[in-house]
Amino acid sequence: MNWAEFFHMGGHGFYVWGTYLIATVVMVFNVVLPLRRYRRQQQKLKQTN
Amino acid sequence: MFKWFFRLAAAKNFYPFAGKLLPWLTGLCIISLVYGLYLGLFNSPPDYQQGETVRIMYVHVPAAWMSMFVYAMMAGAAIVGLVWKIKLADTFVTCSAPIGASFTVIALITGSLWGKPMWGAWWVWDARLTSELILLFLYVGFMALQSAIDDPRRAARAGGVLIIVGVVNLPVIHYSVEWWNTLHQPASVARADGPSIDGSILAPLLIMAVAFKFYFFSVVLVRMRGSILEIEEDSSWIKEARI
Repeated sequence: MNWAEFFHMGGHGFYVWGTYLIATVVMVFNVVLPLRRYRRQQQKLKQTN
Repeated sequence: MFKWFFRLAAAKNFYPFAGKLLPWLTGLCIISLVYGLYLGLFNSPPDYQQGETVRIMYVHVPAAWMSMFVYAMMAGAAIVGLVWKIKLADTFVTCSAPIGASFTVIALITGSLWGKPMWGAWWVWDARLTSELILLFLYVGFMALQSAIDDPRRAARAGGVLIIVGVVNLPVIHYSVEWWNTLHQPASVARADGPSIDGSILAPLLIMAVAFKFYFFSVVLVRMRGSILEIEEDSSWIKEARI
């Protein structure tokens, strides 16, 4: 397959890749933030116990 | 069965159970996500009318489904929390809200990115878009209400009532494309006469929907485990348990 064509998406590359980019960003944040909060609390409890 | 269920509803039992479940859910999420993306981006044809923009659908439609699915799950859990006073149900409701709101944001933005090339407009005040925007306001309103009330039990009760009342918006979203004349296309999967789209496009769509479901359950369990560690900070089981 042709990569230039793939990224071009028939002239709609901005809209198609914009969709995948935004969904990725939002979904990654939704994993990272709760994980960080969880680890911080876990750390805190390990130190106090 | 009921006994098992009620035992599990205790944070002390739920915490390790969720911990055991998590790697499986995450694994299934990654597998289905990779397969769904492969089919959606590499192994499915462009639409005969919409061309390559049809690939926006593999994100947009599952996200929109999830925005409603998460809300329905929250409403169910809110009823359980209100009727049986099960704290874990309230935790689930609180932890689900930001994820549901995120899916709603994804659905709205990707819809906008799809609307521009296909309809010529980023946004129109049509019934489907407006009712989905109201769904976002319900999520945000719930989160604002929760953070405004200090007493966690009162916050859970007030938030639960809001979520349950807001359920009327779900059928409005679903049927909006039939009840009103809209720009948004009607349902092509959840139809009485079966899906009206070809298998090569239906497959990535459904696999992405499955991936998003596993994603939701994985993330909500992480959130719930974190929330349990915060709420139960001073309980004796936490001091004894290996967290």
